[in-house]
Amino acid sequence: MGPLAVNELISENTNLFLAFLIGIAFGFVLEASGFSSSRKLAGVFYGYDMVVLKVFFTGAITAMLGLLFFGLFGWIDLDLVYVNPTYLTSAIAGGVVMGLGFIMGGYCPGTSFCGASIGKIDAMVFIIGLFLGVSLFGAGYNWWEELYMAKNLGDPKISESLGLSDGVFALILIVIALAMFTMADWAEKKFPREEY
Amino acid sequence: MSESKNTIIRTKYLNPYLGGVLLGLVLLAANFVAGRGLGASGAIKSGVVTVVTAVNPSSVESSSFVKEYRQSHTGNPMKTWLVFEMLGVLVGGFLSGILAGRLKLKVEHSPKITSNKRLVLALGGGVLFGFGSQLGRGCTSGSALSGMAVLSLGGFITMMAIFGTAFAFAYFFRKNWI
Repeated sequence: MGPLAVNELISENTNLFLAFLIGIAFGFVLEASGFSSSRKLAGVFYGYDMVVLKVFFTGAITAMLGLLFFGLFGWIDLDLVYVNPTYLTSAIAGGVVMGLGFIMGGYCPGTSFCGASIGKIDAMVFIIGLFLGVSLFGAGYNWWEELYMAKNLGDPKISESLGLSDGVFALILIVIALAMFTMADWAEKKFPREEY
Repeated sequence: MSESKNTIIRTKYLNPYLGGVLLGLVLLAANFVAGRGLGASGAIKSGVVTVVTAVNPSSVESSSFVKEYRQSHTGNPMKTWLVFEMLGVLVGGFLSGILAGRLKLKVEHSPKITSNKRLVLALGGGVLFGFGSQLGRGCTSGSALSGMAVLSLGGFITMMAIFGTAFAFAYFFRKNWI
């Protein structure tokens, strides 16, 4: 059955309309969870507010389990679901640059749109920065093309790379997440602060 | 801040685990519908390609960045899944903001720094994040969160690189947040 658009069960325009609805739900959940506040987001790096860790890992695990179960039930063909490719060098280098941007700017691209939607001027300025940064990458593309294309490993799953089945890896990730949530609660008690 | 102490209703946020489950269901829906996860920086790229092509049509041939994008995306770059999704994010965030009474035009910053300093750092952070999202083939949404849900090795690596780096440099930026 799924993915609906890949199996051409819905038209291109229906797919875009659903993208808009999914975006509304995405933005609503992010804002309602507090991701429209840069100081709340940055809290995860100082221990005073661990909402990012809790929401992010719960979200990733929920979707991961949902996909695994949907696959088992035959509701979705997992071979047709896009798995992000792994270019080892740029995955690390890009992540490092993004991490610096995160601690400096307090947002990531998705959350900055969320912040801008409720009137955060710092989020709007961050978005201007995003456009400049993407343009900068495009303008100097020839300079970093080699780095960008280096160490292409294809699109391996982390479970394959570790020699585990998807289910066992999922279980291990859940245990790790539960341990991190416990640490997060401890950190929030140790570094308390007022609500923004 | 002193003013907000007098108001009865303080910031009301969703329980983070409930928020996480809902976020996961949204991500699952995206994969079920489109066969791909959520994203954000891809929509920015669409915007940049549109502007660059409009200002300088010859860039389709001269810029390998634009050329590569055009080869992998036929049609109007603004009529893409992530652009519609991100327009939805603006609407959804706005709706939640209205319901929670959080709609307010302001610069959010630590009392230890000025608004202007906050805005300069926001701009710089945005430039870095925008650049990094292209190098890393997606941001926290498209590469880290969505990549993790489909067990992509690269998704996990990028996630660890983003959070690890931010954590490692947190000390130097502490005045901006605490």
